[in-house]
Amino acid sequence: MTAITENESHDRLVPLYILSSLVENKPGVLFRITNLFRARNFNIESITVGSTEMPDLSRMTITTKSDERTVDQLVKQLRKLIDVVEVTVLDKERTVYRELALIKMKAIDPPIRMEIINYASIFRANVLDIAKENILVEITGTPDKIDAFKNLVTHYGIIQMARTGVSALPRG
Amino acid sequence: MEMNGARALLAALEKDGVDIVFGLPGGANLPIYDALVDSGLRHILVRHEQSAAHMADGFARIKRKVGVCFATSGPGATNLITGIATAYADSSPVLAVTGQVALAMIGKDAFQETDIIGVANPCTKYAFQPRTAAEIPEMVKKAIYISESGRPGPVLVDIPKDVQQATEDIHFPELVKVRGYNPVLDADFSQIGRTVELLMNSERPIIMAGGGVILSGAFSELQALAELLLIPVVTTFKGKGAFPENHPLAMGPIGMHGHAEANKIIVEADCILAVGARFSDRSVGRFDEFGKGMNIIHMDIDPAEIGKNKLVDVAVVGDVKASLKTLVKMLSKQVIARDKDNSWLRRRKELIDYYSESIKDYTRDLTAKKALKKLREILPSEAITTTEVGQCQMWASLHFDVISPGTFFSSTGLGTMGFGFPASIGAKAARPTVPVVDIAGDGSFNMTENSLAVSVLDNLPVIVFLMNNYMLGMVAQWQRTFYNRRYMGVHQNSCPDYSKIAEAYGAQGIKAQSIEELDKAIRSGLKSDVATVIDITIDPEEDVYPFVAPGTGLKDMITGA
Ligand SMILES: Cc1ncc(C[n+]2csc(CCOP(=O)(O)OP(=O)(O)O)c2C)c(N)n1
Repeated sequence: MTAITENESHDRLVPLYILSSLVENKPGVLFRITNLFRARNFNIESITVGSTEMPDLSRMTITTKSDERTVDQLVKQLRKLIDVVEVTVLDKERTVYRELALIKMKAIDPPIRMEIINYASIFRANVLDIAKENILVEITGTPDKIDAFKNLVTHYGIIQMARTGVSALPRG
Repeated sequence: MEMNGARALLAALEKDGVDIVFGLPGGANLPIYDALVDSGLRHILVRHEQSAAHMADGFARIKRKVGVCFATSGPGATNLITGIATAYADSSPVLAVTGQVALAMIGKDAFQETDIIGVANPCTKYAFQPRTAAEIPEMVKKAIYISESGRPGPVLVDIPKDVQQATEDIHFPELVKVRGYNPVLDADFSQIGRTVELLMNSERPIIMAGGGVILSGAFSELQALAELLLIPVVTTFKGKGAFPENHPLAMGPIGMHGHAEANKIIVEADCILAVGARFSDRSVGRFDEFGKGMNIIHMDIDPAEIGKNKLVDVAVVGDVKASLKTLVKMLSKQVIARDKDNSWLRRRKELIDYYSESIKDYTRDLTAKKALKKLREILPSEAITTTEVGQCQMWASLHFDVISPGTFFSSTGLGTMGFGFPASIGAKAARPTVPVVDIAGDGSFNMTENSLAVSVLDNLPVIVFLMNNYMLGMVAQWQRTFYNRRYMGVHQNSCPDYSKIAEAYGAQGIKAQSIEELDKAIRSGLKSDVATVIDITIDPEEDVYPFVAPGTGLKDMITGA
């Protein structure tokens, strides 16, 4: 396994917060929310928006690596937005949260291809595409798991990567 | 009822009690101006849209109801922005209605198209863009509700021209609900018990009253609390006039140019009750130093203000009027009368005496301080005063005591030069029976002086108390203090002649170069039925003291050069 850089190890000490919010499903809402992050200097790791069981509301899941006070402000500022109907900070222990990543890696030699395919199966990742010189893997899991897989395969040479950001719902 | 969108807009405004609008027409709001011809609304034609927003703001601050301004699309709308941002920074309920290019032209970079909703986003509470005429009444009602309720603030309604023109079946809702908007209104009882405990157990309590007290009209509640526990009251600059400044417990504003005794006493306190205040940098200096080792209780209507700049011991979220009322009720059941001669109140007196002795005015016959003391002496207590920005504003804060609560306001959050004069006209429209005075500097007045036309033509006479140093005085003071007197861009070189400017608009212009002349000029202004500009000559090198330099704490206050 590749060594964790200093930066990454520091990153791991800062806890990840997952915020779940219901927002009005209408034009301009995403703009207002992202503009708030920019104007108030909030650092966001990921943000996902999609439809819910209610046609007029979207669910927005926001992850941020931050301290408690900043997250408290973030929640309060979000609640202040008129288009934001509800915001909760999810308790990670009692939450199912997942992210999906597509990772395209360089893989020319057959032994390397086998190695990647092995790793993928250990991580329950799916190989979606194999071309002459590369392999495309789909992996779903917590951001940590995806980071771990990514770190494992970085040295093969990641050509492209797309991560969706976290989606989450409370358990039970 | 069949009517077009423009008429629906005006009818919706009238149904919500609006009777005056400040604005200026253009291509994209012509249908609204056409509808104005037949409506009962009073329209005040401004000479620049920025002033329309400031007038609506001044009107709103005095009426404690929404103030409305109109502008066309593109440049008309962007001209409003300074006024909207000013209202946002000071939580003032302004409703801006802009024309927009027709729906089909939006996004095509049409003539005078500006994405004003995008531009205004960071300085509005919310913005609407109706896409059909039928939506207008509900949106207007929601806009006014959002603007006035909770922590007030500006709201924008941007109406495409074809939507103004479309005739549809229009209904006016009696009630509106906004799902994601639930301002807290009641007091948070659970935290008031803790507040009582902290206040009762403190030896050196202090009340720090902010603009929230004025916005919620909690004057008598605040006074009852202070008198019950005999707590000295300082205010923020925005809170100036939340508490009568001639009251035996009053200490005046704290902050960068706060009263010396106020800045001093607050660092000696052991418990601060901040009411409707947001711990702005201008008020408290360094966040980390302010209130160190003291108990801080924070009452505010906006939950997001709790812990934003300052971590506090107790937070009471809710309308401060309701919170104070509950607090007084709970306290009066258990309060043991404090000794009027306690050491904390003696300390208060000592500080006031000390600084009134040690901070000296200039020896000249006419100084800013003497001028303002004269103004106070002559003006009735119910008169409304506002200010421009700069030294004039800080002198007003220091030397002009507000006696009747809620009769003073200023652009405190944004510090917008040119705000005071149009805002004073708006205030006059809100309360025509009392004198209204703009305490001004020449640089600021120069920015929106064309509102003299409005004051004269629309019969809204105000007094411009122009402390004229022909300098961008506050900037000059900083250049003297921090840049070794290297002046750049601050001299106004005796241009223009402000009494002539006044006369050119049909207003009264009076030069005052001595206290006697000033006395006469103020009395003449109070009798005049047109605006009066009193051009008061003051020394260009006069400084404002005390001064808390930026980035330092209140305890580092400098009291003189
Ligand atoms: C619109 C705007 N531009 C610039 C400033 C920066 N500024 C703050 S005070 C000041 C000088 C104000 O001069 P004046 O109105 O003559 O008042 P004085 O300080 O001389 O009393 C300036 C330029 C501002 N506050 N607002």
